[in-house]
Amino acid sequence: MTLYFTREHEWISVEGDSATVGITDYAQAQLGDIVFVEVPPAGTAVDKGKETAVVESVKAASDVYSPASGTVTEANEALEADPSLVNTAPETDGWFFKLTLSDPSQLDGLLDEAGYKDFVAGL
Amino acid sequence: MSVNASGWKPEMNAANESAAPATFTGNKALMLEEGLIFEIGAYDRTGVDLPEPPRVASRLGGLERNRPIGLPGLAEPEVVRHYTRLSRQNYGIDLGFFPLGSCTMKHNPRLNEKMARLPGFADIHPLQPVETVQGALGLIDLVGEWLIRLTGMTAVAMSPKAGAHGELCGLLAIRAALTARGDARKVILVPESAHGTNPATAAFCGYAVENIPATTEGRVDLDALKRRLGPDVAGVMITNPNTCGLFERDMIAISEAVHAAGGLVYCDGANFNAIVGRVRPGDLGIDAMHINLHKTFSTPHGGGGPGSGPVVLSEALAPYAPLPFIEKDGDRFRLVEEETAGEHHAGSFGRMVAFHGQMGMFVRAAAYMLSHGADGLRQVAEDAVLNANYILRSLEGVLEAPFAHSGPCMHEALFSDDNLAEGFTTLDIAKGLIDEGFHPMTMYFPLVVHGAMLIEPTETESKAALDQFIGALKSVAERAQAGDAALKAAPMLAPRRRLDETAAARKPVLVYRDPAPLTQAAE
Repeated sequence: MTLYFTREHEWISVEGDSATVGITDYAQAQLGDIVFVEVPPAGTAVDKGKETAVVESVKAASDVYSPASGTVTEANEALEADPSLVNTAPETDGWFFKLTLSDPSQLDGLLDEAGYKDFVAGL
Repeated sequence: MSVNASGWKPEMNAANESAAPATFTGNKALMLEEGLIFEIGAYDRTGVDLPEPPRVASRLGGLERNRPIGLPGLAEPEVVRHYTRLSRQNYGIDLGFFPLGSCTMKHNPRLNEKMARLPGFADIHPLQPVETVQGALGLIDLVGEWLIRLTGMTAVAMSPKAGAHGELCGLLAIRAALTARGDARKVILVPESAHGTNPATAAFCGYAVENIPATTEGRVDLDALKRRLGPDVAGVMITNPNTCGLFERDMIAISEAVHAAGGLVYCDGANFNAIVGRVRPGDLGIDAMHINLHKTFSTPHGGGGPGSGPVVLSEALAPYAPLPFIEKDGDRFRLVEEETAGEHHAGSFGRMVAFHGQMGMFVRAAAYMLSHGADGLRQVAEDAVLNANYILRSLEGVLEAPFAHSGPCMHEALFSDDNLAEGFTTLDIAKGLIDEGFHPMTMYFPLVVHGAMLIEPTETESKAALDQFIGALKSVAERAQAGDAALKAAPMLAPRRRLDETAAARKPVLVYRDPAPLTQAAE
């Protein structure tokens, strides 16, 4: 399993051609208390870099971009009842959706954990 | 543990209770506690004595209501006191300075109100024969004429009811113009520094919305915009002056580039207050712009009255303007509606509202225009900009002002939360200002700045009022910089302490639930 990060503060955890996507701990801390999450239902085709989910906090509503293209296989339904999972466990239980990657080579330009840490430190 | 970016927790309120003694009533001297109307009312009480309704044959087929409706009843003095008490806990422009950025909370002259109450304007009906409302139509035409002259545009649609409704009107006109030339473009570009309603309007019209970044100066990145333009771009929506409080200096270059690429330019004119009488948007190549009469032309808003958002249109878009239209025919005015539109406005995209727009707001705006005159309106813009720069320069050494280096601001000053103590945020500053007796500024908008605080003083505040606000904000900011824990519990002195916004958003209670239902009166 390999973990990648985007400069838009999403993470994507990849195993073969299946992947799980969420937002980073840094992103949830910046957003503040999350009050609503909208994730695409299974079967949705998503494009790399396009708005795919919406996360709303007491401060702002923000788009979440898919780090790679593919088809959604599962949405995290637990977020509907308890959006605070994104605050408490952004990189585990607070995942947004799982997808089957259509082009794993799209992951090449993404950051690894150390690279993302450096990126955030520079913000 | 739940992470709360504001660092505030509900128990902080209790930890900082003030030393004032609790009273038997819960009242604090002349600040009176007031229950909900459901709590103080009773189902078997009434303030009016109505005769028994006549017995009539029902045609509802058994669907008649067979129980009391459950509305609370109160005697007239109870109703008067209820709403008067609530109004004392409210804050409005008539009470004090209202620095809400982007909202232009300026004084609403009382002369406007007097004019709007003249029976010839107040007591007419939109379906009256036009021969009997010539004065009212003449007034709408007059306001439209002023808007056209002030903006240097070709036509005006008076009917849109507010700012975002005006945006919708402008985009529908753009779409109609593109459709008329058989050009089905799909994308609207919206810069980061635009109003939040702009992308919503474009999406509502079925366009894909794409973001254009801002420069470090806080203005539209012209090169990024040019790179994105192409045969799929229907147009751009630009707020000028923008939400960073800055004038988009490249506006002419932006318009030329968009036009060259076959698109059209929408300008969000909500901030027209800063440039009225100084800049004509028509000279900047703009094709459509709404004007918030309730901001620039001082008609009440924000709970005080309905908005009104006429849209001025360029020559390219004028043929597509919505109905109805007022046309002057000699010394008579007539309404161009669907029946007669074919002759004059065959290209009109249709109708946005049932009638002609917000008549009461037109009268107020006309009173404002005529009492100020052209020179007075010019001074409105100058004083609004002067006041905002006074705020910016007085506070730039106290709070972080990310665009202070970009030169003078326009009508509003933007600050960030970058130099507060660890754990202190914009929200704490806003709550501290409530204790100081001010409505807070706009916060967390625009998104280009971390923890944004957007302050729009408007031209109607005196230097003394601005100095008092600056002193208060400075004091609150210094507490946030020193890490004063009591500020996390602010407001301490307001009728209600800090509310749990997270719980309110996560578990909203949207209907009144009677904790102990009153026994309903038997019929």
